[in-house]
Amino acid sequence: MSITELEFDANQADSAQQRGEGSPVQGRTQWQLTWMRLRADKVSMIALAVIVIMVVLAIAAPAIAALTHHPVDAAYVITGENEDGNPVGPGTNGFLLGTDSTGRDLLVRIVYGARISLFVGIVTTLIATVLGVTVGLIAGYFGGIIDTVLARFTDAVLAFPYIVLALALAAVFGPSLTIILVMITFFSWAGIARIVRGQTLSIKEKEYIEAARSLGAGPFRIMFFDILPNLLAPVLVVATLYIPNAVVFESTLSYLGLGIQAPTPSWGNMLSDAQDFYQVAWWYLVFPALALLITTLAFNLLGDGIRDAMDPRTERLIAARRLRRRMRRSTIKRENKAVLEGLTAGGGKAETGKKG
Amino acid sequence: MALVGYLIRRLLTGIIVVWLVATITFFLFFARPVYTVARQVAGHAATPQIIQEAINNLGLNKPIMTQYWHFLNELVHGNLGYSYYTGESVDTILKQDLPPTISLVIGGTILWLIVGLAVGIISATRARSVFDRVTSIGVLIGLSMPAFVIGELLIGYVFQPLYSHGFHFINTGYAGITSGLSPFFGHMILPWITLATIQAAIYTRLSRGQLLETLGEDYIRTARSKGLSERRVVFRHGVRAALTPVLSQLGVDMGQLLGGVVVVETVFGLGGIGQVSVEAVDQDNLPVILGFVIISAIFVVIANIVVDLLYAALDPRVRIV
Repeated sequence: MSITELEFDANQADSAQQRGEGSPVQGRTQWQLTWMRLRADKVSMIALAVIVIMVVLAIAAPAIAALTHHPVDAAYVITGENEDGNPVGPGTNGFLLGTDSTGRDLLVRIVYGARISLFVGIVTTLIATVLGVTVGLIAGYFGGIIDTVLARFTDAVLAFPYIVLALALAAVFGPSLTIILVMITFFSWAGIARIVRGQTLSIKEKEYIEAARSLGAGPFRIMFFDILPNLLAPVLVVATLYIPNAVVFESTLSYLGLGIQAPTPSWGNMLSDAQDFYQVAWWYLVFPALALLITTLAFNLLGDGIRDAMDPRTERLIAARRLRRRMRRSTIKRENKAVLEGLTAGGGKAETGKKG
Repeated sequence: MALVGYLIRRLLTGIIVVWLVATITFFLFFARPVYTVARQVAGHAATPQIIQEAINNLGLNKPIMTQYWHFLNELVHGNLGYSYYTGESVDTILKQDLPPTISLVIGGTILWLIVGLAVGIISATRARSVFDRVTSIGVLIGLSMPAFVIGELLIGYVFQPLYSHGFHFINTGYAGITSGLSPFFGHMILPWITLATIQAAIYTRLSRGQLLETLGEDYIRTARSKGLSERRVVFRHGVRAALTPVLSQLGVDMGQLLGGVVVVETVFGLGGIGQVSVEAVDQDNLPVILGFVIISAIFVVIANIVVDLLYAALDPRVRIV
């Protein structure tokens, strides 16, 4: 099924809707339309709910620690470890998800880990977006030597083996949260800058920009008030997809021992500790891994959902799907099909060429 | 002739990139007090005299620019310096640790491209089928999982159970290809899978999207209406055009691939140059870190030149000169 065919179906769907219901035409902004389409997408809504729950859990981490009476760094040598000194399993002695290698409550440590992951993911993406948009706009709008220098620099950052510089930076300044934020931001803005630059190059040739210029608008005004609003959609999509990348990056650095250092819990350093215990304590490896996977998966699904919702083709795809479902149910369809078959019976061979 | 000129120009810019990367790393290192470095090298129990001696021995007492010129001069002559701890030549260290890394990169890349492209093409030609739906879920999970988590899970739930039940083919650590083909594959199979899973996910998604879009183009309809077989339409007309953006992504991803290599080597204890440099970071062993950074930069530069040449070969509209 090609896109053109779907569009054809969708056009039929549009006209069918107009004939059938005759609903009055309503003016909606792009954001209203996007939100409407996103609301209709169950997967995106579930992903959004998961993200909200994760954020709430992260914010409420001290409350959860208080509820379980297990402070985040408290090691329960007696109740939290079995006779061999190994972690105890989920549900034992009041530890809902079990304990870690030193008898600390795994649940409490996972929700504290969520704070780090979400903080790093969201903050780096925000800074990287602002930086990337600014660089992309300036490079695309001014062009010339400024563009050449900025674009080459962007390409260099994109092609740079980032983990290598991360290694060097961690070696120089010692691992810390600030260094992680700086490193992830430094490697994230370039992708956004490249997209924004490309879009700016085409938008700045439009008539309305010329109109703005002839009215005396300065470059700053044109860039940020006339061009930027038209770029927000692609930037939003890319930014949503950068958050899970940043979360993965942080956990990888912490896993390698270059990120968040013990005893501060991070999903990365928990997983690093857990690797010596997977034979005696599966929960120690599985639960932090699940927390990480669920979070990144939710952001990825939401990002995909937003991208689909921004795409005007999606509306028609949904309409086409709805129409086809309706047609499958209705009896008129069957009659129509009989008529169609009667019509095409003679020229059946000509139809087979359009397969696929 | 034009090709030779192009290659020379690319190599020259490549050398500038490598020099930039090496210089940045070199000067970053000196943001850290020399004394701290020397104290770690000399050991915890070192007296101030011993530390001062270590500084002198390592040449850290000379002015930074002198050290930098010395470093550059040695680099031009192919000498990456000597380890702070063992005094061993970094050239030797990297050379002896290169085989696991090369095995990992080559095997992983082959597996990743085959899986990524094949799954992408099948999904695109059978859009909305059960196969397509199942793989797109798989792709999302692959995109969301850090490499080390996949590696850990493979060790914990594939290698360990098999090993404890007397199945010793799959193993961790590294066995060179000289120790026989069977142990080599047994040791490399899990690292390859880990490296390939992460990268393949991106390429499956990219090739599927590109091919779907291409197959909707008018010229594909023309090809079909000419009466070409479906296979010819998809592979000769569709895939070839859809592959070019995938290829340019490949150039960008070379840096990311090296990141994956560092992680996979550490998880499986392969002991390649990635793992060695993570250890070097822990020990402030500048010459080894610099060596790895330079090798990585050279790899990325060369890989990008190769990708651009392939790009021009695949897309006749692109002229490289």
